Amino acid sequence: MTSSTRAAHLAQLNVATLRHPLDDPRTASFVEMLDPVNAVADSAPGFVWRLVEEGAADATGLRPAGEGVIVNLTVWQTREALWDFTYRSGHLEAMRRRREWFERHTEAHLVLWWVPAGHLPTVDEALERLADLRAHGPSPRAFTFASSYTAAEAAQHLQAVPSARPTLAGDASAV
Amino acid sequence: MDDIEAIAALQDPVRRRLYEFVVGQGREVGRNEAAEAAGIARTLAAHHLDRLVEAGLLESGSRRLTGRSGPGAGRPAKVYTRVQAERTVSLPARDYRTAAELLAEAAEQAGLDAGLTAAARRRGESLRGSTAPCGGLEEAMEMLAARGYEPRLEGDGGDEGDEGSGEASGAAAPVLRMRNCPFHAVAERFPPLVCGMNLALLEGLLGTDGPVRARMDARPGECCVVVENSKNNGD
Repeated sequence: MTSSTRAAHLAQLNVATLRHPLDDPRTASFVEMLDPVNAVADSAPGFVWRLVEEGAADATGLRPAGEGVIVNLTVWQTREALWDFTYRSGHLEAMRRRREWFERHTEAHLVLWWVPAGHLPTVDEALERLADLRAHGPSPRAFTFASSYTAAEAAQHLQAVPSARPTLAGDASAV
Repeated sequence: MDDIEAIAALQDPVRRRLYEFVVGQGREVGRNEAAEAAGIARTLAAHHLDRLVEAGLLESGSRRLTGRSGPGAGRPAKVYTRVQAERTVSLPARDYRTAAELLAEAAEQAGLDAGLTAAARRRGESLRGSTAPCGGLEEAMEMLAARGYEPRLEGDGGDEGDEGSGEASGAAAPVLRMRNCPFHAVAERFPPLVCGMNLALLEGLLGTDGPVRARMDARPGECCVVVENSKNNGD
């Protein structure tokens, strides 16, 4: 309702542990989907930004969260826009087949948080939010689709706990 | 209004015909065309449509049906669509939804996608009740309608033609799209798991290596699967 909530964008990080390397034939069907699915994301309503490795078409070459762990960092205008892309576009087919390519995570592997519009989150910032979610459970500063908070709730939370920087219980790179 | 009272509003055969017509269009429907479809006078149709709104089964809005605006465009017409909320009555009371959500949550956490998919495929095959695969899109349409998917045939695999937009550019292959997801509530909570289950169920129902095949093609507000003719002559 306020201008501050309108000017918020939703950041998303998910991490996935590859069962086999990206150049392994068993991962080929995933690699084939990267370009078309990223193209769907880039033209999806409400898409703002996604992390891309310099000189590459995507971020699958980066390994900030550990060997064999690929990261996907994006920014969206609304939760609905992200949800529709994730589960109501060609991306769903990749989600459906996720067990073919990725290990099952026992910890949270996706985290959402609100950022000021125009702010592009860094990988470190994203991994810190994931660590927060894993250590403290969902809160307005790090949540999931199933436990989501509005931008207004997040803003309120920040006001209530001004220097809220929860101590990290674990190192995010130790996935 | 209680579910049971809402559903009871459909006991009137005229009202039920109107309801089914509005639902079947999948878009806003005006009083005139609803009356025409039900074979009744406009005032009677208006009365029943408004009763369906009161019962919480339809919702109404107003829109200029002609697409014109400004002076001479006329008053906005009242239009009706189905409400999104689900209505169920079970006597005696049953709660399969909570059971489904708990089982889905456990399956998701344990990563049981493969087992669930296999079970769904077997169930689809047994529901088909025949060894022969589904014979074509028309037969598939009947099977899907009987299972509540609300299928419709689109001649164009691409963009959805708005009414009045005229001919679609280029004749694409016909495809069955489904307006309703029978597993909506659990599919929203566990999309990859439940949509994968739904695809396997439909693959089993239609049969493999037959003239039609199911494939995932998710869009907002619809079932995640489409059914199309198999590509027998290569890709």
